[in-house]
Amino acid sequence: MRLLEYQGKELFNQFGIKIPESILAESLEDARIGSQKLGFPFVLKSQLTVGGRGKAGAIQKCKDSSELETKFIELLKKEVKGELPRGILLEKMVDIVKEIYLSIFLNRSKRCFSIIASSEGGIDIEQTDNKIIQDISIDGISGELANTIASNLNIPVKSKESFVNLLLNLFRVVVEKEAELAEINPLAIISDDSLLALDAKVIIDDNALFRHEDLQKYLYLSDLEKQAAKNGFSFVELEGDIAIIGNGAGLVMSTLDMVTDANGKAGAFLDFGGKATSETIYEALKVISRLPKIKAILVNLYGGIVRTDLVALGILEAYKNNILTVPVYARISGAQSEKAKELLNGSRARLFDTVEEAINAVVLKINSN
Amino acid sequence: MSTQFDIFRILSGNESDSDYEKKPVIIQGITGSFGSTHTKLMRSYGTNIVAGVTPGKGGSKFDDVPVFNTVEEAVKASGSVISGIFVPAPFFYKAAKEALDNGIKLIVAIPEHVPIIDSIKIYEYAQKKGARMIGPNTPGVIIPEIMKVGIMPAQPFTKGKTVVFSRSGTLMYEVSFHLSNSGFGQRLGLGIGGDPINGSNLIDSFELIRSREDVDSVVVVGEIGGDAEEQLADYIVKTNYSKPVVAYIAGRSAPKEKRMGHAGAIVYGNYGSADSKINNYAKANVPVAKSPREVPLLLRTKLRK
Repeated sequence: MRLLEYQGKELFNQFGIKIPESILAESLEDARIGSQKLGFPFVLKSQLTVGGRGKAGAIQKCKDSSELETKFIELLKKEVKGELPRGILLEKMVDIVKEIYLSIFLNRSKRCFSIIASSEGGIDIEQTDNKIIQDISIDGISGELANTIASNLNIPVKSKESFVNLLLNLFRVVVEKEAELAEINPLAIISDDSLLALDAKVIIDDNALFRHEDLQKYLYLSDLEKQAAKNGFSFVELEGDIAIIGNGAGLVMSTLDMVTDANGKAGAFLDFGGKATSETIYEALKVISRLPKIKAILVNLYGGIVRTDLVALGILEAYKNNILTVPVYARISGAQSEKAKELLNGSRARLFDTVEEAINAVVLKINSN
Repeated sequence: MSTQFDIFRILSGNESDSDYEKKPVIIQGITGSFGSTHTKLMRSYGTNIVAGVTPGKGGSKFDDVPVFNTVEEAVKASGSVISGIFVPAPFFYKAAKEALDNGIKLIVAIPEHVPIIDSIKIYEYAQKKGARMIGPNTPGVIIPEIMKVGIMPAQPFTKGKTVVFSRSGTLMYEVSFHLSNSGFGQRLGLGIGGDPINGSNLIDSFELIRSREDVDSVVVVGEIGGDAEEQLADYIVKTNYSKPVVAYIAGRSAPKEKRMGHAGAIVYGNYGSADSKINNYAKANVPVAKSPREVPLLLRTKLRK
């Protein structure tokens, strides 16, 4: 779960990492009231979970109340990479002396957390060679290590102690809140030598959410995603018109690639995992049925953990109850697959021996319409 | 990383052993719905499951297998060093720690949704104890026609000289099915796991079979997310890995910054993208199949060279 900037900053604040004074506004009315408390000028920052909002013009300076009236509404309606903001943060401007980059991220191949720091703040960290990468133990960062990093970044003497404390606190955010990433870009040294996190990018480990009740309020799912999550499905909405359902993330991704290679356009990715029964496939079809753009469903099942005959019963039930109004192209193999085929015989679900045949049929059908 | 770890010796032993190919295995979470179903399937495949652990159910039996309250008792009664862990994710850390504290040398970690920090802690602890974890979020490990510790179905796998390593469960079955159909049986099938943290990653796994004469080729089934394939490609080049390798990567057409089912299958920028992986494999002369069906075709070409 990627937190919005203001949510990340709330966490930072809890752990003693200083942030600029700011107010979240979800409506123009909120913004008007907020502006009086905060005082002009300030910055308007769209609250999004996608990157690149600066380049997209979703961060704007605001010098007075007439600018607020136009810019606030403009930002609230502005989509970035297909996403509308969930509020606009009004944030006080500060006198920046120096900007740095600092993050702690999950280093997957090394199976530990690593610090990345750069004396150039506000940059795209992937695009610069001017950076320090330091692997750290899950047990903690020593003061000595934090000091060395501060020296390597040329942090001025007066700000060094603040930096060391901030780094230790950022590590606490990662461990205590179970983040995969906690990034401050930029981290500003301001005119009074203190350090302020001007931005916050925090990604929380979804699998750890069950033991962090305080973070669950940040979970933001569409109705469809909620419905999918409730059933234990992995669901991603895509842009095309073919829904792809299967058992196992890898298999569904693989099917998605093959559909794309065959000039089909996938409109939904749904992995119902290992615990599929007639009820779970039925629920999966119910999720898909709420997407009017879907014109056909491709089911790719590799049996084994899954009882494919139960899946077939679920499909039949969905037709019977008019949940399903589009054709199903299915490839079902593995445990009980012969029985599944018999069950589906005569329904609007067509069965194929290979996924390639099923894909060719569904793409032909969609593209001939 | 200990390179001495011999997974074949642990799983099937030496030919001179009285229990060759019948090494004892314990199952933690044996009475749960998942653990119980798969205990039966593993036993019918040939796995010598000698004990189960479920706190509070000690003294009972499941499918003729004695159940104990603790790993300590199960290990004492059976002498096993292999544990298949089937407990739900929130209980995984405690179960795995208990296993490592009581002499288990190979953990097969089945549960999905284990928190990352728990995985890192168990990985570090296993290193300290000279033990190895496969998974979490893995279908497990199979020596076809001999034994399996995991949840994979039996039918896709046949005995042979190819090894399959996979970050995805169902794709491991699918690819092995196509390999078997084309006459490429498998010496070993091992699920790396779909999580960001893998107890045995691709490089660790390649090390397991590096100098084995009964393995003539490797198939590596990957997916988007992380840099395991990139690191592997680098390792193949730098260490002059001599066995022919063919790869498959799922998720070429997935959108960025979306988690595609597996916790580990997510692309940030270029990090974790299929392009990055395919480009790196090209440098290591590893061909990448476009579909699971193409894997044996590429393997055949590769083995002819």
